[in-house]
Amino acid sequence: MFEVISNQQLATDIFELTIKAPRIAQHHRPGQFCIIRAAQHCERIPLSVADKDSGAGTITTVVQAAGHSTQEIVRFQPGDYLLDVVGPLGQPTHIGNPKYAAFIGGGFGAPAGYLMLKALKDAGAELLAIIGFRTRDLVIYEEKFHNVSDELIVTTDDGSYGHHGLVTEPLGERLANGESFDLIMVVGPVVMMAAVAEVTRPYGIKTLASLNPIMVDGTGMCGACRVTVGGQTKFACVDGPEFDAHQVDFRELSERLKMYQAGETQAYEAGPHQCKVEPRYWQVRENDG
Amino acid sequence: MDNKERMQLPYQEMPELPVTQRLAGPVEVNRGYSEQQALAEAERCLQCKNAPCVAGCPVDIDIPAFIKLIREKRYTQAGLKIKETNSFPAICGRVCPQEQQCQEKCVVGRAGHEPVGIGHLERFVGDHLIAHSQKPSRAKPTGHKVAVVGSGPAGLTCAGELAKLGHQVTIFEALHEPGGVMIYGIPEFRLPNDIVRHEIKSLVDLGVQISHDTVVGRTVTMDEIRGEMGFEAVFLGLGAGSPRFLNIDGENLRGIYSANEYLTRVNLLQAYRDDYDTPIRRGQYVTVIGGGNVTVDAARWALRLGAQTVTIVYRRSRQQMPARIEEVRHAEEEGIQFQFLTQPIKFIGEDGDVVGMECIRMELGEPDASGRPRPVPMADSEFTIDTDLVVIAIGARVSPLVPIAVPGIELDESGHVIVNPETLESSVPGIFAGGDLIPGEETVVRGMGNGRQAAQSIHQYLIGRD
Ligand SMILES: Cc1cc2nc3c(=O)[nH]c(=O)nc-3n(C[C@H](O)[C@H](O)[C@H](O)COP(=O)(O)OP(=O)(O)OC[C@H]3O[C@@H](n4cnc5c(N)ncnc54)[C@H](O)[C@@H]3O)c2cc1C
Ligand SMILES: Cc1cc2nc3c(=O)[nH]c(=O)nc-3n(C[C@H](O)[C@H](O)[C@H](O)COP(=O)(O)OP(=O)(O)OC[C@H]3O[C@@H](n4cnc5c(N)ncnc54)[C@H](O)[C@@H]3O)c2cc1C
Ligand code: FES
Repeated sequence: MFEVISNQQLATDIFELTIKAPRIAQHHRPGQFCIIRAAQHCERIPLSVADKDSGAGTITTVVQAAGHSTQEIVRFQPGDYLLDVVGPLGQPTHIGNPKYAAFIGGGFGAPAGYLMLKALKDAGAELLAIIGFRTRDLVIYEEKFHNVSDELIVTTDDGSYGHHGLVTEPLGERLANGESFDLIMVVGPVVMMAAVAEVTRPYGIKTLASLNPIMVDGTGMCGACRVTVGGQTKFACVDGPEFDAHQVDFRELSERLKMYQAGETQAYEAGPHQCKVEPRYWQVRENDG
Repeated sequence: MDNKERMQLPYQEMPELPVTQRLAGPVEVNRGYSEQQALAEAERCLQCKNAPCVAGCPVDIDIPAFIKLIREKRYTQAGLKIKETNSFPAICGRVCPQEQQCQEKCVVGRAGHEPVGIGHLERFVGDHLIAHSQKPSRAKPTGHKVAVVGSGPAGLTCAGELAKLGHQVTIFEALHEPGGVMIYGIPEFRLPNDIVRHEIKSLVDLGVQISHDTVVGRTVTMDEIRGEMGFEAVFLGLGAGSPRFLNIDGENLRGIYSANEYLTRVNLLQAYRDDYDTPIRRGQYVTVIGGGNVTVDAARWALRLGAQTVTIVYRRSRQQMPARIEEVRHAEEEGIQFQFLTQPIKFIGEDGDVVGMECIRMELGEPDASGRPRPVPMADSEFTIDTDLVVIAIGARVSPLVPIAVPGIELDESGHVIVNPETLESSVPGIFAGGDLIPGEETVVRGMGNGRQAAQSIHQYLIGRD
């Protein structure tokens, strides 16, 4: 049982939850994610770890209430308990020793890059961050990215804030002007990751994308998360979630994400959610027996 | 009664749920013997002195002895007799492939009659023990701490045996509910969750602790387990749960599942229930690829989820199907079709969804490494099966997490953990392993046998440290 410490709405449909999960906070490395099952009837939903505080034993995740299951999660208020939070899952980012690196983030995917940048900064890299959103009201984590990057560019699709246009534009300009990066990391919607991969491909710059396929267990047991990388099937939950963006079959990934769009979900219209979770049948209270 | 007369006694059929009532949900199909039936079936046993059936049992249950106790109506004693070597008779009585084990060796069966229903009788006493269970008394604590990783049959058995010896045991399980394949894989219509939960509860009563949502190697490390957490020995029962795929074109189309994903969604995550959020595709024309228990389980679930037709596609013939005979019979009764000697070569998609499967006919050739005839493709025999949902059930391999969970542990070329066959100790001193994680038969009962054997070795190991 995992106590929700805070739940703050950052933008329309975007919520930042801080959860008490000491073991995950202690072991989490940048690039890893967790899986939350909010209550007994809920799905297991993969979410990135946007921040953590190992001292306080908490992790923070930024959730876009995209569909039914994410909506369930964001309803949990401080003092409520999420039934299951498991992690950290996946391979940590291989930071290496880049001198100059860029992070490209899109929408609710952007916060997933915060801890990566922090780690890169600690490794002494000079950092450019480009984070893009649809419109001004959806801009999140600007302050935090400002603190961990040497240069921050915010873009909005509609030009209501920052650079008018897509994240690929300022990146493309930099590359065209002869700037070179040792590493580019990208997290966000599939179309954006695919576009970034195309922008960096001609320059041969190492580009890592953190993929977000449908998952179930997150331990390599089901294959729901399979993606094609360099012509080979990989399980994103154990082999990834980060892969060489130039090798990823993004088209397949976006097709697979539509698995349950044809009204396949028989989402249960939940009543008021349970905030006090009963111990499970195998859990004994301290002074039992 | 002499042996000749006993052989003439009629075999007691297992009462079954009528086919018409099966498809509504995951209700158990086998209903279990009545007391009269159990007594009648027990009379069929010849009580052979040399007991060939025992040699067929991977955990050496004293079969004639427990059957004799049934005849005497001493059901609890019969159960305890089984428990001398097998902790979970209600589970094994339901899922063991008895026709390849004890019953295959039964003298009555060898004489041309139906062999004694040893499995059905085991289930009868297992269920009796559950119905009349009492809280076990706890052993005197030894002060030793043992960690068990994975809560499948191997891990649970090992934990129980160690707890009975007074050791303090904690099970670490990656999923949100313990039980391993018995909970996430094997459907309730064969093995009700309540049976598994009862057995797990009885371990908890013995003092075993279970830490769920704990991925060893990720949530806690082996260094922590053996270091600051103070566990002196470890049993690894991580299973072999990572699904294999065919590696053919179109395999990542929507509508193609591994059996593990399909079964996990429906068993562990209860996708068949309206009051659960778990999504699952409900195909109309379902194809399941493979020939084992997993294949048959997925196919039978597909029918229960409303498929119009379900076809099992297997590259060898019926005689080579590794699935339990009873399950294959149930599947046929329920209307599942079979395409034997057929191998998929390519999936056909439309807008990203699977709509068909190109196959090739096979014929049986020379025996392969498994001793079964090797299926060989027949030239120009390609044909297409229309299908909107495919489940691939062609086996599984050891989890890629094993080297992360136990850095430096020695694995064989197939990824299985190498152990000393006498002690089940791995290449890392103090770390033992069993079940599907080590090479051998992938059965529940083998896992349980390993769990028990490892518990003995761990006990010796701990005593050696005193
Ligand atoms: C490694 C990883 C990290 C992620 N990090 C974040 C994060 O930090 N913040 C965030 O908001 N989201 C994140 N996601 C995506 C998030 O898991 C999905 O948005 C969520 O599962 C959608 O569920 P839903 O029911 O709310 O949405 P719906 O759109 O209603 O989804 C319908 C169904 O499709 C499935 N589904 C659709 N998209 C996904 C998906 N991408 N992943 C899993 N299942 C999906 C679900 O089974 C769901 O039932 C991450 C995904 C992965 C794999
Ligand atoms: C659908 C299906 C039907 C079957 N039917 C039969 C049958 O009828 N009869 C029969 O005898 N056998 C059957 N089998 C085979 C049988 O279930 C297995 O042989 C048996 O369960 C293996 O037991 P195990 O204890 O080794 O591991 P498993 O039952 O596989 O359990 C392993 C457990 O370890 C956990 N785990 C893995 N990695 C970690 C980690 N890093 N940290 C923590 N936990 C971890 C897993 O989550 C899992 O719960 C079937 C299998 C399947 C899939
Ligand atoms: S989520 Fe099941 S294997 Fe990756």
